[in-house]
Amino acid sequence: MSSEMIAEYEVSHGKAKAFYERYERKDELQHQTHFCPGCGHGQTHKMLAKAIDELGIQNRTILVGPVGCGVFTYYYYDVGNISAAHGRATAVATGVKRSRPESIVIDYQGDGDLAAIGSAEILHAANRGEHITVIFVNNAIYSMTGGQLAPTTLLGQKTATSPEGRNAANEGYPLHVCELLATLEAPVYIERVGLGDNKQIMQAARAIKRAVENQVRGLGFSLIEVLSPCPTLFKMTPVEAQRWVRDVMEKTFPLGVFRDRTKEAQPRALPEAAPALDRIPQILGVANEDLPEGNPAVHDETAADLDLAVRVAGFGGQGVLLLGEVLAEAGLDAGLEVSWLPSYGPEMRSGTSNCHVRLATRVIDSPMVTNPDVLVAMNEPALRKFVKSVHAGGWILYNGEEFPADCEQPGVQVLACPFTEIADALGNARAGNMLMLGALLEMTGVLRDVNIDAALKRLVKNPRWTELNRRAIERGRELMRESRL
Amino acid sequence: MAYVEKQDRGQLRVDVEECKGCGLCVEACPPKVIALGERLNHYGYRTAAYKGTGCTGCGICFMACPEPGAITVMRIVNRARSVEQCMVGASECASN
Ligand code: SF4
Ligand code: SF4
Ligand code: SF4
Repeated sequence: MSSEMIAEYEVSHGKAKAFYERYERKDELQHQTHFCPGCGHGQTHKMLAKAIDELGIQNRTILVGPVGCGVFTYYYYDVGNISAAHGRATAVATGVKRSRPESIVIDYQGDGDLAAIGSAEILHAANRGEHITVIFVNNAIYSMTGGQLAPTTLLGQKTATSPEGRNAANEGYPLHVCELLATLEAPVYIERVGLGDNKQIMQAARAIKRAVENQVRGLGFSLIEVLSPCPTLFKMTPVEAQRWVRDVMEKTFPLGVFRDRTKEAQPRALPEAAPALDRIPQILGVANEDLPEGNPAVHDETAADLDLAVRVAGFGGQGVLLLGEVLAEAGLDAGLEVSWLPSYGPEMRSGTSNCHVRLATRVIDSPMVTNPDVLVAMNEPALRKFVKSVHAGGWILYNGEEFPADCEQPGVQVLACPFTEIADALGNARAGNMLMLGALLEMTGVLRDVNIDAALKRLVKNPRWTELNRRAIERGRELMRESRL
Repeated sequence: MAYVEKQDRGQLRVDVEECKGCGLCVEACPPKVIALGERLNHYGYRTAAYKGTGCTGCGICFMACPEPGAITVMRIVNRARSVEQCMVGASECASN
C-alpha cells in the first residue's frame, strides 16, 4: 500500500513572473543576473518582483532605474522600464506618474545615486508627496565605480577614497535619508529594513510590498531603505557581508518605521493626465483656428529666395527682444523658416540686451547672426558694439538724431532717427521699437501687414497697445520712405 | 501508517547553472538541509545542493538567495488526501 502513497509537490517559492525568462544583456549567461555572488540587489530585486506578482500590477508597472550596480533593471523586469540619468530617477518618476496617473511607478536607486547626486531630487519629490514608491538600496559605498566613499559610508569605514576610514572632520557624517525625509510633512510611509539575517529579510519583503501597495491604494509617497550587503567591496564573503549589515551597519542606520500615515492618509485624487500632443498648439494659442482668417501660410512670391539676418540691440526694457520676436513670429505666420535667439544679461532693466533673428525660405543652419543684413541699434553703446559686424550692402537703423561720424562703414546704409522721441509724441516712448520695426519692414520689403497683425495679436495681449503699435509701425514705414526721397 | 509521516513537507530544487555559490541559502536554512556541493558548475561556482531530506518547505532559502530562479521550493499538496485515502483504506480493511 505504501507504494501508492507518493507525495505530490507544487511550487511554493519560484521565480517571479515579473522577471523575464531570459536576460538579453549578453549573448551568453542569459539566465544569470550581473550581480556578484551574495549581492543585496539580487534579494531586493526578488522582493520587488514578488510584490508586483502578488499585487497583480505587472502590466501597469513602470520601473525607473538608476545609474550604479542597479542600472540593468530593464534587462530583468518584464514591466515598463525607463533608465534615468544619474540621480534623476525620482524626477523622472515624478514626470511619469503625473502624465500616467494610472501606472504604478517605482523608483529604484542606490545610495550613490539617491543620497549624493540625486539628493535634491529625492528631497523635493518627498516634500511634494509624489505618488511614487522608492526602493532605496543602501550598501554604504559606491559600488559600480569601484568602492569610493558614499554619503552613507560609516564613520571609520575604509573605502578607496577614505583609505584611513571615514573621518567626520573631513567627509562629514553618514547621511540618514529616512530620518531626513521623515522631517517632511508629505511622505506617507518611510521604513528602513535590512538584509542582515532571515528575520530582517522577511521584514524587508513585507515592507517593500507594503510600499508598492500604498501606491496601488493611491496613498502617496512611500520609501523603503534597504541596508544591503556588497560582498565585493566590503571585501568579505557573502555570509560575512550579511552579518556585517546586521552587526555593524545597523548600529549607524537603525531599522524601523520612520513615518506611517497609511491609516489617516486619504486616497488622493489622481493628478490630471498631461494633455495629448495634438492639443498643445491649441493650449499655446497657435492652433490653426487661432490664426487670422484669410491668412494662407505661404509667403510672397517676391520673397522666393529670402534669407534675412537681423541683429537687434539696445537696453533691456526698450523692447529689443519683442521687436525680434514679432519679426520671427510674423515670419512663421508667412510660412517662412525663422529663428529667434535672445541674449541678455541677468538684469531685467537697463542691462544690455540683444537678439538674433533670421527669416529664410530654406532651412536655417544656425540661429546665430554674426554678420547681419540689418542692425537695429536702439542706443549708441549698442551701435558701437555691433557696427563693425554689419556686412557691406547692409543697413543700420539707429535710434538717434545724429549718426556718429566715426561709425560710418563703407557700403552700409543708415537711417538715423530719434525713434523714441517720435514714439513719445505718438503716445508712448516705449513704442520706439515698433517704429524701428516699421522702418525695417519698409526697407526690406519682407512680410505683409496681415502677418505682423497676427504676430502682434499673439505676442501682445493687452489691447491698449494694439492701436498704438499699428500707428507706430505705419509711422516707421513713413520715416523710411521719406528718407529715400 | 508511519510512511505518511516520513514524507517531507518540502522539497528543494537548485538550478545549478544559475546558482553563484554564495552560500547564503546554506546559512539561512533552519534545518540545515542545504550544503555547497563538490561539483563546480559551468562558471566555476561550487553550487548549492539539497541534502535530500528534511526540507520543511519554509521558503527562507528562496528569500535569502539573490538569484531570481536559482532556488525553487516545492511544498507537499496531497498529504491530506493521502491520509484520507488511508482512512478509506483502513475502513475497507476493517469491514473486510
Ligand atoms: S559590486 Fe557590490 S553592489 Fe555591485 S553587484 Fe557587486 S556586490 Fe552588488
Ligand atoms: S525551504 Fe526551508 S527547510 Fe527547505 S531547504 Fe529551504 S530553507 Fe531549508
Ligand atoms: S543562495 Fe542562491 S546563489 Fe547562493 S548558493 Fe544558494 S542557491 Fe546558490
